[in-house]
Amino acid sequence: MSNVPAGLKYVKSHEWLRVESDGTVTVGITDFAQGSLGDLVFVETPAVGRKLARDESCAVVESVKAASDVYAPIAGEVVASNAKLGDNPEILNSDPYEGGWLWKMKPANAADVDALLDAAGYEDFLKTL
Amino acid sequence: MTAKTTEPLIFEVSRPGRMASAQNPNRGVDLSAIPEALRRKDKPRLPEVSEMQAVRHFTRLSQKNFSIDTHFYPLGSCTMKYNPRACNKLAMLPQFLARHPLAPESHSQGFLACMYDLQEILKEVTGMAGVSLTPMAGAQGEFAGVAMIQAYHKARGDLARVEILVPDAAHGTNPATAAMLGCTVREIPTNADGDVDVEALKAAVGPQTAGIMLTNPSTFGVFERRIKEIAGIVHDAGGLLYYDGANLNAILGKVRPGDMGFDVIHMNLHKTFSTPHGGGGPGAGAVGVSERLRPFMPTPLVGKDGESYRWLTGKDLPQTIGRLSAWMGNAGVLLRAYIYARLLGREGMHRVAEFATLNANYLAARLAEKGFDLAFPKRRASHEFVVTLKKQKQEIELTATDVAKRLLDYGYHAPTVYFPLLVPECLLIEPTETEDKETLDAFVEALAAIRDEARQNIAKVKGAPYTMPVRRLDDVRAARQLDLRYVPT
Repeated sequence: MSNVPAGLKYVKSHEWLRVESDGTVTVGITDFAQGSLGDLVFVETPAVGRKLARDESCAVVESVKAASDVYAPIAGEVVASNAKLGDNPEILNSDPYEGGWLWKMKPANAADVDALLDAAGYEDFLKTL
Repeated sequence: MTAKTTEPLIFEVSRPGRMASAQNPNRGVDLSAIPEALRRKDKPRLPEVSEMQAVRHFTRLSQKNFSIDTHFYPLGSCTMKYNPRACNKLAMLPQFLARHPLAPESHSQGFLACMYDLQEILKEVTGMAGVSLTPMAGAQGEFAGVAMIQAYHKARGDLARVEILVPDAAHGTNPATAAMLGCTVREIPTNADGDVDVEALKAAVGPQTAGIMLTNPSTFGVFERRIKEIAGIVHDAGGLLYYDGANLNAILGKVRPGDMGFDVIHMNLHKTFSTPHGGGGPGAGAVGVSERLRPFMPTPLVGKDGESYRWLTGKDLPQTIGRLSAWMGNAGVLLRAYIYARLLGREGMHRVAEFATLNANYLAARLAEKGFDLAFPKRRASHEFVVTLKKQKQEIELTATDVAKRLLDYGYHAPTVYFPLLVPECLLIEPTETEDKETLDAFVEALAAIRDEARQNIAKVKGAPYTMPVRRLDDVRAARQLDLRYVPT
């Protein structure tokens, strides 16, 4: 079974979000997503300063099987991008919730995060797949 | 069986100055006609081997081929069917081979007549109003198709149409083509039965819609049942319909994209019309168009004045999207297509579609009988169908990759795996019309045997292949550390 840490927020397109103490939000893809994709060979993250609309495609993860878009779960502005993944995409496979984060953003509206799935809700969703 | 030995690179057996000296007395070459300043100073960095070495090297490489001439090759979406030798033989007539692309029309009437007839035959087969043979491959056909859609909107001053709709089941080349031409791509979801979600389509079309790119039968191997309705929705919104002809083999002569309402279609002549393919070409991606796109066709085309044939160029089609290559496409592939079409005739084309579909449905039914899960069990297959190993992966950790690799040991090329992307652990199987019942039955037995092996000893299947020149490759490392060119030291 894939790892779904408590305390994070989730969306059905398999991104996770973590609200940091400074109010920014870190975004990545879930353990289930990395497991389904298989070994990643290329990751592209959004540029710092880019303004994202909700559900906008803003990152690409490519494995030996397939290339997939990653969508912004909420609207906001990118404040940091995980440059390490460029040379080491395998971090995303081994450590999807810590070292494998994709970008950090300043939410346009902090309350948007609250409406997303919690760990239990995402686990229920995974059972339907 | 394929050769198992390791073959060195030809550069590795190169020795300075080596050639087949015994049979090739070095007479030197007279370069006096080329000015000194224009002669290269360094030798080209080519391998230096004897003729015998070169022949053996490439013959041994060819023995490693896993090809349609040696093995069943049910690679879905690729139509790896038998190409009649007659097509190759007639296309290689010396009169065709010796013709220079710049030969005057008066000396090219035979060739031009073949090309003109091929245009007419393809118009008839697809129900389109015009055909241009010039695109060099499927990708260029797609490019030409979307470029014509853009040219059409531009000619009408309808400049806001920048969005191309693409179902999520589409071939990846469709969104890539649209993006390459500067369009934005909007994805349309598919419903559980494999049809385009018509409600989502209705919500997506608008004054920004340039067109939709659609494969029918789709990559799921099922016929898009509401195609007329889809055509109506897109046309009513002012957009055009693009038909990806990758799966034309399924409907050849039976149903025509023109009658379904499509405005432009590309055909992979190298797949459906008898050119051995794979390995990157040569291909031919002829495009067919509806009446309203005729002015924009890529040039050159072949026209007929009375009894004589001539090239049609930008002078004849001032609104053309232009040339796509130096000449007029891959003449040899087009000749094979022409000969194939003439060999088959109208009835033969129908037979191709019928047997391609019959073989796929027979194979699907036999596999379902054996307990394999079809991705769309309620749908009749077209020329190909999707099996999902989701259950086998959960129960015995048998993946699509494992099956693909183990099939090689059983003497079968693997089906397409992990495509379409929407079906987990999938095999996309296309037997084509040229396989006999015994081959299909043996393939079913092989798949069942691999599943039995996996139940008893999954490690054995995970270790496959055992009989090939190479075992499982490190495809992750290959993708992460791209090394595409040999650099001689």
